[in-house]
Amino acid sequence: MTERRAIELPVIGEVTRRTAIKAGATTLGLAAWATAIQPLFEWASEQSVDEFLQKHYRELSPGELQAVLNRLTDEARRETGRPVVIRDHQPIPGVVFAYALNLSICIGCRRCAEACHRENNHDRATHQSYIRVFEMQKGGIDFECGNAGYHHPVPAKDKYYMPVQCQQCENPPCVKACPIEATWQEEDGIVVVDYNWCIGCRYCEAACPYHARRFNWEKPQIPAEEVNIQQSYLSNRIRPQGVMEKCHFCLHRTREGRLPACLEACPTGARVFGNVLDPHSEIRWVLENKRVFVLKEELGTKPRFYYFFDK
Amino acid sequence: MAMTGVTNYLRFLRQAVHVATEGGWLFYAWMFVLTAISLVGANAWAVQVRDGMIRTHMTDHVSWGLYIANFTFCVGLAAGGVMMVIPAYLYRDEEMHDVVIIGEIVAIAAIVMCTLSVIVDLGRPDRLWHMIPGLGKFNWPISMLTWDMIVLNVYLLINLHVVGYLLYTRFQGRMPNPVWYVPFVFISIFWAISIHTVTAFLYCGLGGRPFWNTALLAPRFLASAFVSGPAFILFVMRVVRVGSDLPMHPGPARLLVQIIRVASVVNLLMLASELFTIFYTGSGHAAAARYLYFGEDGHDALVPWIWSAIVMNLVGTVLFFTPAALQRGTTRVVACLLVLVGIWIEKGMGLIVPGFVPSTLHEVVEYVPSLTEWKITAGIWAFGLLILTVMLKVTIAVFTKEMKLAPRTVAD
Ligand code: SF4
Ligand code: SF4
Repeated sequence: MTERRAIELPVIGEVTRRTAIKAGATTLGLAAWATAIQPLFEWASEQSVDEFLQKHYRELSPGELQAVLNRLTDEARRETGRPVVIRDHQPIPGVVFAYALNLSICIGCRRCAEACHRENNHDRATHQSYIRVFEMQKGGIDFECGNAGYHHPVPAKDKYYMPVQCQQCENPPCVKACPIEATWQEEDGIVVVDYNWCIGCRYCEAACPYHARRFNWEKPQIPAEEVNIQQSYLSNRIRPQGVMEKCHFCLHRTREGRLPACLEACPTGARVFGNVLDPHSEIRWVLENKRVFVLKEELGTKPRFYYFFDK
Repeated sequence: MAMTGVTNYLRFLRQAVHVATEGGWLFYAWMFVLTAISLVGANAWAVQVRDGMIRTHMTDHVSWGLYIANFTFCVGLAAGGVMMVIPAYLYRDEEMHDVVIIGEIVAIAAIVMCTLSVIVDLGRPDRLWHMIPGLGKFNWPISMLTWDMIVLNVYLLINLHVVGYLLYTRFQGRMPNPVWYVPFVFISIFWAISIHTVTAFLYCGLGGRPFWNTALLAPRFLASAFVSGPAFILFVMRVVRVGSDLPMHPGPARLLVQIIRVASVVNLLMLASELFTIFYTGSGHAAAARYLYFGEDGHDALVPWIWSAIVMNLVGTVLFFTPAALQRGTTRVVACLLVLVGIWIEKGMGLIVPGFVPSTLHEVVEYVPSLTEWKITAGIWAFGLLILTVMLKVTIAVFTKEMKLAPRTVAD
């Protein structure tokens, strides 16, 4: 090929020399590229082909899903050396969950945030949690006067406290945003993320009006002995690097009829959780008898997380 | 017949490779520097994929940064690249025809930069195939991001077709058949508007971000694209004129300056009206704008950026209005550079970051790009310029008939 080109071109002697130089430069260039992207190969060697080819959660047949769960369980056991169990919890028919929070008695102790941190295998160093508690100025509900970084004994004078987590919107902008349906709303109203499908574009995070989404900027690190080994595919299994996650109403607990970890941790009983379709549930009673409100109602997101004042 | 077609095309490619790698020492130095910067960027990206996006300074509060800022600017550049096509075809301006191809080449390079800017922003680029319709799960027509992907890719294809067709027919010494490119040129004009509009919808469709949630966003995007695109092309035309034998007529450049004049005034007007609405009503929506222009409670990372952008845009606009801007010379070059940098800041950092500061729950967390982000962004620019240079070289060679199908090969 080199020969032929040399013949076709007008000035022959000069050209062969130049061609040789160009070929040399190309080889050097390619070698430089290979060196430059070396870290990519290091990273790729740790990825499994099965994971790469895995289908979307909702397209897995029961058999395929089981295979995925087994693979993830094996991986988690190998990594932590603990008897991790990763299951798949399906929504219960006839159940739609809602949450209500009594702002009059919440004292801002942040035990809910801490419980979330442990229950959901969040990164320890960043002290990640799906819940942020805001210290608010009495006299209004203006986040501009709120502060999530308070460090003093609670409750402080003239303040009240407002924990915020995913509002499990009935009309969720985050779901609309996702270009690949990696996040969706389940039958029972819980908005979930398939951590093995998300490409990490963070458009959903920009779309969420409640700062409810969290991105895995790196692989979460949890000491093996602190890992919560009761895990679920769509909820608290340890997330991979580079994907989105969010509050899932502890579906691995609530779909088994238990209560969310944040509710159990609350010392004041400010949190009420349950099935809104059940007329005898406590949540129904709250919604019917208290003057509840939702955050940013004007956006039309229709949150399933309600707030109310008692006094 | 088909065989001749294939051999002719291979000949075209071979000659293209030849002219694209031939040049003086300045050319080699330029290509060497661009390759080196691209390599630095590629390496930084590889490290980012391995270690995670923690290598950037983005956070859950400011979850998009320099990459998406640069993406937004490049979309404008791509759209603006085709703006000069309009006068060429609508007014049948013959001189314009020759330089139209430069606009389309700029558009191609800009779209490549757009695509790269999005890819480096992904936490899991290995899963990119999830976006392929049919194979993955393409959330169309619900997600605006899928719309953006479609319009950008189609735009790239249209421009590749037009540029490829024009060059190849010229190379063969044939007259381009209007049937095969004029319709596409018209589609690409509309498409240029659509890529920028859809990109604006990406942001202004988010109800939870008041700073973006304004109907003025799309028109302002277009107006600034009509400034940055032609400014960049003016710049490229100058380089071509100085660096090659291809004659560049002064007419098209003058027309571009006219376009810039109108567009920059419209852009400034819309900016003024936006600022008035925000600050006069002084609602909670003003928080992001206050942060951007004046800083909030000691947080003022963006203030120097935006004010330099404003000064550059104003001075650039004034310079474009001087008579000297209609002539070749330093004034024009300086004006082009000023508005380019000004709009890069304004449409980039000045637009993306205040969408996140203060956050949806009114927390003020600031963002300053990390070294990794700068390296990767520089790498993308270097790579884009590399593509641009190669395409320009081939185009010039074809237009100056340095590259053509030799008559003897036509015979066989
Ligand atoms: S609060 Fe945010 S993350 Fe949760 S459902 Fe609503 S938009 Fe989605
Ligand atoms: S970050 Fe993941 S879940 Fe969110 S929009 Fe992107 S792909 Fe969808």
